[in-house]
Amino acid sequence: MNAAEGGEVIHARGLVKRFGDTVAVDGIDFDIARGEAFGFLGPNGAGKTSTMRMIGCVSPVSGGTLRVFGLDPARDGAAIRARLGVVPQLDTLDLDLTVRENIVIYGRYFGLPRRELRARADELLEFVQLSERADDKVEPLSGGMKRRLTIARSLVNDPEALLLDEPTTGLDPQARHVVWDRLYRLKQSGVTLVLTTHYMDEAEQLCDRLVVMDKGRIAAAGSPAELIARYSTREVVELRFADGRPDDLTPWTDGLVERVEPLPDRVLLYTDDGDAAAHGLHERGLVPDSVLVRRSTLEDVFLHLTGRTLVD
Amino acid sequence: MGNLLFALRPLEFFLVQYRRVWRGTIVTSVANPIFFLLALGVGLGVFVDRSADLAGDVSYLSFVAPGLLAGAAMQIATFESSWPTLAAIKWSRQYHAMLASPLRVGDILLGHQAFIALRLLMTTTIYLLVITVFGAVESPLAVLTVPVGVLVGLAFSAPMAAWAAHTETDASFVTIFRFVILPMFLFSGIFFPVTQLPRVFELVAYATPLWNGVALSRQLSLGEAWHWSAAYHLGFLLVWTAVALVLAYASYRRRLVV
Repeated sequence: MNAAEGGEVIHARGLVKRFGDTVAVDGIDFDIARGEAFGFLGPNGAGKTSTMRMIGCVSPVSGGTLRVFGLDPARDGAAIRARLGVVPQLDTLDLDLTVRENIVIYGRYFGLPRRELRARADELLEFVQLSERADDKVEPLSGGMKRRLTIARSLVNDPEALLLDEPTTGLDPQARHVVWDRLYRLKQSGVTLVLTTHYMDEAEQLCDRLVVMDKGRIAAAGSPAELIARYSTREVVELRFADGRPDDLTPWTDGLVERVEPLPDRVLLYTDDGDAAAHGLHERGLVPDSVLVRRSTLEDVFLHLTGRTLVD
Repeated sequence: MGNLLFALRPLEFFLVQYRRVWRGTIVTSVANPIFFLLALGVGLGVFVDRSADLAGDVSYLSFVAPGLLAGAAMQIATFESSWPTLAAIKWSRQYHAMLASPLRVGDILLGHQAFIALRLLMTTTIYLLVITVFGAVESPLAVLTVPVGVLVGLAFSAPMAAWAAHTETDASFVTIFRFVILPMFLFSGIFFPVTQLPRVFELVAYATPLWNGVALSRQLSLGEAWHWSAAYHLGFLLVWTAVALVLAYASYRRRLVV
């Protein structure tokens, strides 16, 4: 993505967020271009939500520079918010109002005329496949439907950029795919997507570019494919042992794989040819209870960068 | 602090929300004064009128009615900015939804308080109508007990909003109702002149917005509001409410802008 092409939507240099003595975001730099889907990937507590809240102009910047649409959140917060859509981590729907009422009243916060909002609500509900529930209360809706409603609501002001803080956390796999599909369509229509997630598959599915965050800092930046190429091998062999495993696997793995990553429940072997490695292990007489060959993911990138897994 | 035009938007939310419960609140608003006036004005009042000599020549019913109106305003307003405020911060998180839009903290505070003012306007209007039907109004100035009731309510809803935005749980709300609001209701001159209280409590009563509100309502209802003290009571309520709104704004900012 070329920042000069459509202009920078968000620009941050040395961005810091402090809560008392705690440093949540510790001097991060990033640029998000118009029309791209940009992700903050990291475990809980990495500083993703704090970063999103600063971009959303609801949390004051503690240090560094932040510009959204070229404007300063400290001075032009309201003007910036008028052009943003926000899907917060915790839903802020009113459970006792109907699905449609939730969209209409939210549009009123932006000062949009009521009559316009009725039509707009119908359009948006159609987009997130909730038309049939328009006049139902929100309370009995499933988690996935509520999330879709929150997304529909965030689009009421026709935002130039959409901030999504963990858009599918807590949803079942099918509901997640529906959400991803809608977000993908939004991206196709030119809306800039900024999202946080601790799911590597979500980041791979949606993001053109992402930064891996850990402990308030950016550990790596690039496209999912770039990051995998740079920080991992093409494939991974996962070994599981039912009744304990050898303390040292070196005699079996030496010269066969690039890197060995022992985890509490399994051992990961990094190599460009998983099948060949698995075959080699077998020939050397190592017999684990299960052997799985898979492609490298962002999970492996994160593990390599931080020594920890994303979801614990 | 906030933009009045922008404050109309959160106000609209609270009105939409209120549409679900308005019937119940109307019934309460009518039944409540009827019960109080029957029990106190008509029931108890007969004994009081026989034995006591109230200042001037008014019935106990006329004495107690305008005070009850102010007391009802206090209770409704305190309730409306306790749980609903904490809910909008913590549970339904509607304040956070508003803050994601161009609205600012001050707009939200003003909008919510404006809703409470409308609630108070409705309740005190009904109260005055009931009082009038009971024949407990002595002066046309009594019509002003409606805006005074609104002001008395705001004098309680603003500090309660400040507290609700500060506290983490709703545990303290019941305590406040039991040990602040109820004693104030009983001992701020609604049922008997505070001069009957021990001197210390009498002085405390003078410092409460409810005593000032009751005194002012009574003066209006009895047609004695030309007295200089009416201006003092009004000034007290206005200054108290203004200070409480500033404190509430500070409390909202500390809680919502982090």
